[in-house]
Amino acid sequence: MSIETKSASVIIVGGGIVACATAYNLAKRGMNDVIVLEKAEIGNGGSCRNAGGVRQSARDVRELPLAMYAVGKIWPTLSDELGCDVEYVQKGNLRLGLTEAHRKTLEAHVAKSTRVGLEVEMIEGDDARAICPAMSEEVLCASWCPTDGHANPLKTTLAFYQRALQMGVTFVTGVTVTGLRKVRGRVRYVDTDDGTYEADQVLLCAGYESQGIAETVGVEIPVVPRRNEVLVTEMCPHLFDVMIGVAGGEFYGGQTEHGSFVMGGNNGLEAFCSEHHDRFSTDSITAPSIARGILKYFPALEGVKIIRTWAGYYDACADVVPVIDAIPEAPGLVCAFGFSGHGFGIAPATGLALSEILLDGASHTIDVSALTYDRFAAKG
Amino acid sequence: MAKIIRRAPETAFVPQPDDDLIICRCEEVTKGDIRRVVHAGLSTTNEVKRWLRCGMGLCQGQTCQRNFQGIIARELGVSPADIGRITGRSPVRPATITTFAHEVTEQKEA
Ligand SMILES: Cc1cc2nc3c(=O)[nH]c(=O)nc-3n(C[C@H](O)[C@H](O)[C@H](O)COP(=O)(O)OP(=O)(O)OC[C@H]3O[C@@H](n4cnc5c(N)ncnc54)[C@H](O)[C@@H]3O)c2cc1C
Repeated sequence: MSIETKSASVIIVGGGIVACATAYNLAKRGMNDVIVLEKAEIGNGGSCRNAGGVRQSARDVRELPLAMYAVGKIWPTLSDELGCDVEYVQKGNLRLGLTEAHRKTLEAHVAKSTRVGLEVEMIEGDDARAICPAMSEEVLCASWCPTDGHANPLKTTLAFYQRALQMGVTFVTGVTVTGLRKVRGRVRYVDTDDGTYEADQVLLCAGYESQGIAETVGVEIPVVPRRNEVLVTEMCPHLFDVMIGVAGGEFYGGQTEHGSFVMGGNNGLEAFCSEHHDRFSTDSITAPSIARGILKYFPALEGVKIIRTWAGYYDACADVVPVIDAIPEAPGLVCAFGFSGHGFGIAPATGLALSEILLDGASHTIDVSALTYDRFAAKG
Repeated sequence: MAKIIRRAPETAFVPQPDDDLIICRCEEVTKGDIRRVVHAGLSTTNEVKRWLRCGMGLCQGQTCQRNFQGIIARELGVSPADIGRITGRSPVRPATITTFAHEVTEQKEA
């Protein structure tokens, strides 16, 4: 191990996929004077706890440019680019409805996305069953986006990390950032339990814990932790390739290349329960709720065994899309958090946009102009 | 988790004669597989598990975890306690989706 340095052109706070993809994009442009600071290990947060959905459908139109760029231009060749199979499968996303009320919800999503150019349509239950035969007769309708898909989040996150490392980026794990400090009006110092680090620019992408750090330089973005859980089954014979979502929100998920089903969800009461956000064990009522949801739509899975469950936290933003922006009141600081439970699929594009913000002062390839830090307003 | 500074490897990977030893039987991961990814930069028990799948099979690492944690620690020259363990998770033994789904009814019948 070579001599330790605590200063760099760019310091990235947090070691999730957003950090790793940005570090990779910076290094690709020749900027590898970068230190990533992570409190635990690479992929400790949502990045290695999510279900791998790579979805454009049912997204807020403000983050659709990121999703469409990622799916159109990055995901199809990402395995080659990173030199590792990230298990990207582009076989579509079905969002299922059981009732007429669900149909209305789905139709509204389809109308909004179609208006901005996404190829997504409403189909009837039988059409959905033709795409995914294992499904219950109860399914009445679905939205169908053939260009959606899924990938392996563990592989993707750690592949971005390894490429960035090879290209000269330094990662320091086991170090907790406690705050930022300005020098002559610019954010420059990053305080940690391992002393002070120093940088020309700081990218803050520490998930739901970002807000506490941003506050130390007076920046407040309305983000709170929101619990979500995932269960994984034993390996099963191949049943379907599509990613599944449901209008009722009971669960989402798909079958991995390895054969396991990975299905996530919540119990709906998390926002009102007392919580310790360092607790990643599962709630007794969530996996059963997800399991009942799965059986409603896929009764054929009744005998499949669950081998593991875990919990993670969304960085839930007040208006459910992230902030991806430089902060003029805190020059030198770029924020990227508030991904609200759908930041994995867009992460390869987010990394590109952030690298441009850091190197060129603005994201010029992908339009992120709707994701500003100052879009929030009080109601009165 | 202890502090670890990670940089690109400066030396080439050095194979060992027993690299083909199977460490994780469920997912058929060898000692060489593990040593190779540690050389490439993966530095904790979880990172190696998430990349290679060792400890992710039916037994959930109950057989192999200590062994592969030891291999990683030796490669890095640190103590196993510095690189964390994989987390024990519910269910202790595999249980069907139906069993999970019926937790409420089963409670009432008891
Ligand atoms: C259960 C679950 C399912 C999901 N399913 C999907 C899905 O199907 N599709 C999809 O697109 N998205 C999904 N998401 C969302 C997705 O996982 C996240 O949006 C994405 O991983 C965000 O990446 P990130 O790098 O911003 O944050 P994270 O991966 O959370 O990384 C933040 C990192 O910062 C570190 N950190 C925190 N505080 C500090 C500190 N003070 N100092 C240093 N480091 C710190 C943390 O340890 C963590 O490693 C899901 C999320 C969860 C929890």
